[in-house]
Amino acid sequence: MNILVCIKQVPDTKDVRLDPETNTMSREGVESIMNPFDRYAVEEAVRIREELGGTVTALSMGPPQAVAVLKEAISCGADDGVLVSDRAFAGADTWATSYTLSQAARSLGDFDLILCGKQAIDGDTAQVGPGLACQMEIPFVTCVQKVRSITEELILVERMMDDGFDVVQLPLPALLTVVKDINEPRVPSLKGKMKAKKAEIETLSAADIKADEKCIGLAGSPTQVVNVFTPPPRGDRTVFSGTPEEQVSQLVKQLKNYL
Amino acid sequence: MDYFLSEEQQMIVETARDISNEKIIPRRAELDEKNEFPTSILEDMSKADLFGIFVPEEYGGFGGGCFEIVLALEELSRGCVGVATSFAASALGIFPVLIAGSDEMKEKYLPDIATGKKWAAFGLTESNAGSDASGVQTTAVLDGDEWVLNGTKQWITNGGESQIYSIVAITDPTKGARGASLFVVEDGDPGFSYGKKEDKMGIRSSATRELIMKDCRIPKDRLIGRKGTGFITVMKTLDVSRPGIASLGIGLGQAALDEAVVYAKQRVQFGKPIISFQAVQHMLADMAILVEASRAIVYAAARHIDSNPKNMSKASSMCKVFATDAAMKVTTDAVQVLGGYGYMKEYPVEKMMRDAKILQIYEGTNQIQRNVIGQELNKEYA
Repeated sequence: MNILVCIKQVPDTKDVRLDPETNTMSREGVESIMNPFDRYAVEEAVRIREELGGTVTALSMGPPQAVAVLKEAISCGADDGVLVSDRAFAGADTWATSYTLSQAARSLGDFDLILCGKQAIDGDTAQVGPGLACQMEIPFVTCVQKVRSITEELILVERMMDDGFDVVQLPLPALLTVVKDINEPRVPSLKGKMKAKKAEIETLSAADIKADEKCIGLAGSPTQVVNVFTPPPRGDRTVFSGTPEEQVSQLVKQLKNYL
Repeated sequence: MDYFLSEEQQMIVETARDISNEKIIPRRAELDEKNEFPTSILEDMSKADLFGIFVPEEYGGFGGGCFEIVLALEELSRGCVGVATSFAASALGIFPVLIAGSDEMKEKYLPDIATGKKWAAFGLTESNAGSDASGVQTTAVLDGDEWVLNGTKQWITNGGESQIYSIVAITDPTKGARGASLFVVEDGDPGFSYGKKEDKMGIRSSATRELIMKDCRIPKDRLIGRKGTGFITVMKTLDVSRPGIASLGIGLGQAALDEAVVYAKQRVQFGKPIISFQAVQHMLADMAILVEASRAIVYAAARHIDSNPKNMSKASSMCKVFATDAAMKVTTDAVQVLGGYGYMKEYPVEKMMRDAKILQIYEGTNQIQRNVIGQELNKEYA
C-alpha cells in the first residue's frame, strides 16, 4: 500500500492576525507548525502502513521553510517527504493548489491512497482535499472519523456527520480527509527525529511536475478574497422525536411561533 | 540557563517534553484520583523510543548514560512524578543486568527493554530491610540446575506491571553483606506472585506492590554477576540511579514554580496582581533559585557519573538530597502562593506537594544520603 499524505505548514493559531488592508493572514513573526489536522492524516497513514506494509510519502506545497513540516512527518513515521516549491505557485487558491498537488502526485508515481487533514487552520476552506481528488479523478470521502477496514482494492470508512456518521465503502485508489477523532497521533520518536535530521527533502519545481503555467499560482486561481469576516453562529437546532404524525405536529407548532 | 546540550540530548528533551505535554498532563489528575497505572502512557513512551535511551547501541538502544536519563526524567516529572517514577523504576530494575549481567543475559533482556516491549522493576526492600539493606531475609538456594527463592519484597515500584524483576536474595547467610546475590525473576515464573497494591499519599499512578516468592524456581543462569556480589551491584546501581530521582525533583520543582508564577500574575488582591507584592516575589525568587541550583548540581553529578569515576557515591547522594529537599520546599511554597486555591484538587499544586514527599524517602532516605556523604568525607580527610 503506497500512501501519499498532503500536509501544510500553517501559522500557529494561538497568534493569528489578519492584515486589515488585504484581508489576508499576516504570517510575519508567527511561529509555523504542521496543520494540526494533518498530524492525524500522517498518523493514520503510518498505522495503515504498519498493518499492510508499503510506504508513506508526505507532500507539501509551500515556501522552502515548509521543509520543516515534512521533516516532522518523517519523525512521526513517514518514509520520505517531498516539497513542491516555486515562485510561480505564489497566490494559488484552493483550485490551483489542488492542481499543483495533483501534478506533483502524478510525477511521484502511483498511490493507492491519499490522505489529507480535514482542512487547514489558516484558510479553513476544506477544499484542497476534494479538489485534489477531482484533479486526480479518484473517489473521495471527507471528514473520515474511522477506517473500519482496508484491503488492496477497497476501503471502508466512517464519515462524521452532525448527528452520527455514514459508513462509506470506496474502491482504491481514493482520497480521504480526516478529522481529529480518527486517532491519537504519536509523539515524534527519537529514531524518527534522527532519521528526519538526516533526511534529504526532494524539492520539485513547476517544471519538474510539468505544471501548465495557466493553471498555477495567481493566474490559475479563480478565487479572489473580497472580504474576510467571522460568520454569525448557526441558530439553535431541534430534533423532533416520536411518530411521524407527532413530529409534524411539533414542527407545525414551532413554525407557528414565527408567524 | 544554557547547559550546552548536544543535538541528541536536545532531541531527548523535546521527545520527553512532548510526551509530558500531550500524553501525561491531560491525564495526570485522573490517574492520581483513580490510583491507575499509566499503561498507555508507557506505551506512548515506548513508541517514542524513550526506553532505549540508556540501553547500549548494540542492544538496540541509544547508548546514553545517567545524564540522558536525567534529561528525560526531568521533563516527564514536570508532567507527573507518578508516571515518571514508573519509567525510572524500569531503568532501575534493569541496571543490575547492565552493570553486572553476562553478555547472554544482556542479549536476552536488553533488546526488549530498549523497545519498551518489556518493563523492569527492582526488588530490594523488605519489611525488615529498608534503610538497612543488610536486613534482607529473602533466600535463594541452588537445587540442581535451579535456584529456589523464598521471601517477600515490599513496596516494589512497577510490581505486577513489569515482566522483569531484579531480586536481591541471601545465598549465604554466614557471609553478611557478601552473602547476598542478585537474580532475574520473570513474571510467570513458578512460585512468583504479587501481593497487595499500596494506597499511597502521592505518586498514585505508579504501582507499588509486594512480590511474593514461595519456592519460586528459576534457571541457574538467572544469577546476575557472580554469587555473593549482590550488594556491590546494588550499591553501584543506586549510585547511577539516584540522579534520576534527583531529576524528578527538578521537573517537579519547575512545574510547581511555573504554576505559582502564572497564578501570581493573574490573581488580583488589593487591586494588583499578587506578583507585584514583594512578599510573593521573594517566595517565587527563592523557588526559582532552588530549582536552578538543583538542575545545576544534578546535571553536574550525572555528567560526573557518566565519566565513570572511581567514586561516584558522594556526588550521587549530594544531588539526590539537594534536589529532592528543594522539590519539597518549592512545592510547599507553590501551594502557599496559590493560597486556598492551592489546597484544592482543582489546581495541580496540591498533587505536586503530595508527590514531592516520596522523593525524600525512596531510593535511600535523605538521611541515609547524608550518612553516605558523611562517610565519604570521613574517608577523604583520613
